[in-house]
Amino acid sequence: MAFGRSSRKKPPVEPVTLKILVAGGFGVGKTTLVGAVSEIRPLRTEEVLTEAGRPVDDLHGVEAKTTTTVAMDFGRITLREDLVLYLFGTPGQDRFWFLWDELAQGALGAVVLADTRRLEDSFAAIDYFERRGIPFTVAVNCFEGARSYPTETVRAALDLDPEVELVLCDARDRESVKSVLVAVVEHALVLADRSHEPVAT
Amino acid sequence: MSDAAEPNRSDRDAPARGADVHHWYDDEAGPVVRPYAMTRGRTSAAGRHRLDLIAVVVPEPAADDPGRDQTLSPEHVEIVERCFEQPQSIAELAAGLDLPVGVVRVLVGDLVDEELVHVTRPVPPAQLPDVSILREVINGLRAL
Repeated sequence: MAFGRSSRKKPPVEPVTLKILVAGGFGVGKTTLVGAVSEIRPLRTEEVLTEAGRPVDDLHGVEAKTTTTVAMDFGRITLREDLVLYLFGTPGQDRFWFLWDELAQGALGAVVLADTRRLEDSFAAIDYFERRGIPFTVAVNCFEGARSYPTETVRAALDLDPEVELVLCDARDRESVKSVLVAVVEHALVLADRSHEPVAT
Repeated sequence: MSDAAEPNRSDRDAPARGADVHHWYDDEAGPVVRPYAMTRGRTSAAGRHRLDLIAVVVPEPAADDPGRDQTLSPEHVEIVERCFEQPQSIAELAAGLDLPVGVVRVLVGDLVDEELVHVTRPVPPAQLPDVSILREVINGLRAL
């Protein structure tokens, strides 16, 4: 009796799972944003990298270490019994870019969370999603005490394409985060519609 | 290790006494049981591409069958148990079991080989989800 279960009648529901990435610099509020909408307390997964791991694992500067642990925080939103959305906070460190590739695969879109006091921290993420054609929305986390700038100024500073949406948000606020996520998916929808349309002649 | 600079020979043979016990390892050594010990050193499941973090593990009816799977480890059994409660993603299993994602991938791969579970394939790589699903996601988010 390996699993100690008697017979079960109902086959388990197999949900369609989707993911949205939440990227941005260290301390910008990625886990806070995930926690604001997740139905579970953000969970943490860890990937242990060893020297036997991928060759691109650059251990320069930490040669004494043979293992490195990369943490990713994630949350879950059950939209319907058979439709589940996961939010993944991307690892902040540039050293772990290759993990992004795996995270980004099949992602329906991304949020780049930005702090106007450290806009340069979001350049790398914006560049990454642009290059891979992953739909993303820039959400400026409005920290208390930080000076607020007009969105046009922030857009210009980030050199955003006109079609990329930039929204202001409060990563702690559920409604605010919901609207950010809706913006991401709507953007993805526009891009998906466009790719399905025949090219006009 | 200043206290070890002048080793006291007589102390070495003395029975260990409480605080005097020096552990041969410390936190710097990392976990005492290396995570991949549970996979018998395997870092990837053979002949299969990597399971996505949001791939969902669904138990097969066969997993209910008593008398099977004598060779499964406690971790294998726990994965099946958790998925019977509710099918779970690789990421959730890793977090719930407090194991690295890579370890969970190998263990789930074993269970797939044993035909005790199957794994849903999320969106095909490098392909956007269906437009109708995107609309459902938007509606679902708004209705939260």
